[in-house]
Amino acid sequence: MDGRRLDELRPIKLEVGVLDKADGSAYIEHGRNKILAAVFGPRETQPKHIALADRAVVRCRYHMAPFSTDERKSPAPSRREQELSKVIRESLEPSILSEYFPRSTIDLFIEVLQADAGTRCAGITAASLALADAGIPLRELVAGCAAGKIDGKVVLDLSDVEDKKGDADLPVAYMPKSNSIGLLQMDGSMTEEELKQALEMAVNACRTIYEMQRDALRQKYHIERDESERDEIAEVKA
Amino acid sequence: MTVLAERKQLVGPGDVLAEGPYFAGENTYREGSKIFASRVGMADVIGNKLIVMPVKGAYIPRMDDIVLGRVTDIGMSGWQVDIYAPYPAMLPASETPMRGRDSVRRDLRSIYGVGDLMIAQVIAFDRTRDPLLTTKGRGLGKVNSGRVARINNTKIPRIIGKKGSMITMLKKETGTDIIPGQNGVILVTGRNPDQELIAVEAIYMIEREAHTTGLTDRVKAMILERMKGITVGQ
Amino acid sequence: MSTTHQPSPVAKLEQKTVRDLILKGKRIDDRGLLDYRPLTIMLGTVEKANGSAQVYLGKTKVLAGVKIQVGTPFPDTPDEGILTVNAEFVPLAYPTFEPGPPDENSIELARVVDRGIRESKAIDVGKMCIDPGKKVFVIFVDVYVLDHDGNLIDAAGMAALGALISAKMQAYEVKNGEIKYKDHMIPLPMQNYPVPITSVKLDGSVVVDPCLEEEQVMSCRLTVTTDKNDNICAMQKGGLGVFTPEEIKQIVSSSVNKSRELREKILSKVN
Repeated sequence: MDGRRLDELRPIKLEVGVLDKADGSAYIEHGRNKILAAVFGPRETQPKHIALADRAVVRCRYHMAPFSTDERKSPAPSRREQELSKVIRESLEPSILSEYFPRSTIDLFIEVLQADAGTRCAGITAASLALADAGIPLRELVAGCAAGKIDGKVVLDLSDVEDKKGDADLPVAYMPKSNSIGLLQMDGSMTEEELKQALEMAVNACRTIYEMQRDALRQKYHIERDESERDEIAEVKA
Repeated sequence: MTVLAERKQLVGPGDVLAEGPYFAGENTYREGSKIFASRVGMADVIGNKLIVMPVKGAYIPRMDDIVLGRVTDIGMSGWQVDIYAPYPAMLPASETPMRGRDSVRRDLRSIYGVGDLMIAQVIAFDRTRDPLLTTKGRGLGKVNSGRVARINNTKIPRIIGKKGSMITMLKKETGTDIIPGQNGVILVTGRNPDQELIAVEAIYMIEREAHTTGLTDRVKAMILERMKGITVGQ
Repeated sequence: MSTTHQPSPVAKLEQKTVRDLILKGKRIDDRGLLDYRPLTIMLGTVEKANGSAQVYLGKTKVLAGVKIQVGTPFPDTPDEGILTVNAEFVPLAYPTFEPGPPDENSIELARVVDRGIRESKAIDVGKMCIDPGKKVFVIFVDVYVLDHDGNLIDAAGMAALGALISAKMQAYEVKNGEIKYKDHMIPLPMQNYPVPITSVKLDGSVVVDPCLEEEQVMSCRLTVTTDKNDNICAMQKGGLGVFTPEEIKQIVSSSVNKSRELREKILSKVN
C-alpha cells in the first residue's frame, strides 16, 4: 500500500546503548514504530522467593505509552500487553544463557513510544540488542518480523493501516544460527499454503534484520574508537 | 580445524569463533564442533583456547578479589554489603580485625553503619551461596575519605595496565593513591580535591577509550595538561 | 510484567519417565503421538446461561458459559455485535491456582480462544445488531477451568465452541430501535466452527493433546486453530523452547487434519 514490494521490509534504524542508567539499551525505528528497550541485570532478586536455584529469573514488561497509538491508550497494563509480555519473554529467554547467573534476575523493559503494527517484533529486535549491550551472555541475537495477508496476497511487514484492512497477521521471532523460532502467533484466515509462504517470508526478513543488529553492535563499539581520536585532537588544540 | 575469528576482532553473541578441537574459554560456548561467542567483545586465542574479552557486563565475584562495597544492612552477626554485583555480599563480624576487646560486647553499628563504604576481600563465592567478605588484611576496612569512581568492571584491567603500567602512571602524575576494586569501584585519595578530580576524569577516559591504542600516552598528556593549573600537594 | 515460571513440582525421575517413553515412541498414558485423550462433551449443563458446554478431555475439565446481553457497539463497528472471551483458572482446579485477577496464562488462553472464534467469523456478528450505533448484542464467553490435567487451551476452545453452537436466545424483532421479545428461542447465528489443536515438543518428538505430565516436561507448544474450510485462523507458540520452521510446517499440517476429526465430534453432539 505504501509503494513497497510485497516482500519488502519497512525502513529500519537501530541504535545500541542509548540510555545511561540501564545496564543495556537499544532503540529501534521500524517503519513508524519507535520503541525503546532496556535491560537491568543480572541483579539481585527481589522478592527473594521468586529466585531460581539454578538460573536467572527473566522478567519482561511490554508496555505502550499512552500517546503511542491513534487513540490515547490508558497507561494501565491491558490484557494484550500482559499476553505480549509473556510471548516476548518466551522468545528472548531461550537465547539467554541464564544458567550463568543462578538466583539473580534479569529485567527487560520494552516501551513502545509510537506504534504502527509489528510492535512486538520490533520490540524483540531491540530487546535482544539491549541484552547484548548489557553484556549478558547470549547464545545469539533474536530478530523479529511479521508477515501477513492483504487482498488475498501474502505480504511482508504490514503497517498499521495495512494490518487493519488485512486478512491475516503472523508475527515471528527467529534466531538464524540455530534456525529456531521463539515467537509465532497468527490471527486472521490463511490456507496452509499461504501460511507456509508467510512463514518463509518472515523468517527470511528476520535473517536480514539479524545482520542489521550485528551492524548496530559493531557501530556502537567502533564508533567509540573514532570518537576518542576526535576528543584527543580537540584536547590537544585546547 | 579452523579458527575463524581474527585476534582482537570485535565479535558478538552467536558469532562463530572456531571449529574443531579447541577449548571454549570465557564468554564463549561450544555447540557441536563449533565455538561461539556469547558476549560482545574482543575475540582472542590463548594456546588452543578461544576467549572473548567482554566490553561490558555484570561483576561476578571471584575468590580473593579486592572490592569496594557499601553497607546496606546490619544483622545479628555481620553486615550485608552491596558490592554492585547480582548477589549481595556478607561480612561476618568474625571476619573483621579483633581489637582485643570482648567481641560479644561489640556493637556492630560502631564498626560499620548503613551507608559506610569499605574495602574488603572476597573469601568465598560459588553459585550456591552469596559472596563472603573479610576485612582482615592490610589496607582493608572502612573508607573515610577520598572520591569514588564507578566504571564497568570489565575495564579494571585497563586501569591497571600491563604489569601495572597504567595505574602507576596515574598515581604518579596525579599524585593520588588509587585503589581499584575488581568490582569496578575505584577509590581515589589525594591531598587535594582537584588532583582527585583529575584522576577520576582520567579513569572515566580510560573506560571510554579502553579499546584503543596509545591510550597510556594520551591519558598522561591529558593529566599533564590539567595538572598545570593545580598546586600539587604531596 | 511476565516472569520466568517457577519450576514445576515434578521430580527429575518423573520427568525422566516421560522422556524415556517418548524416545521409544510411547506416551506416559499409553496413547499414540497423535491421539487425543477420551473426549466427552456435555451441552447445556448450566440452564440459566444462554449456552454452556462442559468438556472432559482426559482428566481435564473445562466449563464454558455464554451469556448474551444488550450493550453499546464499538465506534468503529456500529452495526456489529460484540464478542468477549474471558477465562478463569478457578483455584479449585489445581493446587497452585490462586484467587485473584487473571494471570498471564489465563489471559493468554482467553485471547487465543477469542482469536479462533473471532477470526474465523464463527458468529455472524452482523446479525447481532439491534440499533446501529446505539444497541447491539454482546456475547460473553466465560471459560471456567475446573480441573487442570493439561491442554487447557484445546479443552477451552472446544467448550467455548460447544457453548456457542448450543446457545439459545430469546427470539426478537426490532421496532424503532427497540427490542420486542417473542415467545420462542433461537440459536446464535453461527457460520463457522473453529477448533484449536495443541501440540508440544518433547525431546525432539511432537505429541498432540499434552497431558499435565507432558506439559511439565515439554520444551514448547504450538496451538493451531483451524476452521471448517481448513483455513488457519489462529496460532500461538508458547513455552521457553523453540521450533524450526520445518517443525512448524509439519505441525500445521497435522493440526489441520486433526481439527476435522474433532469438529465432527463436536458438531455431532449438537445434532
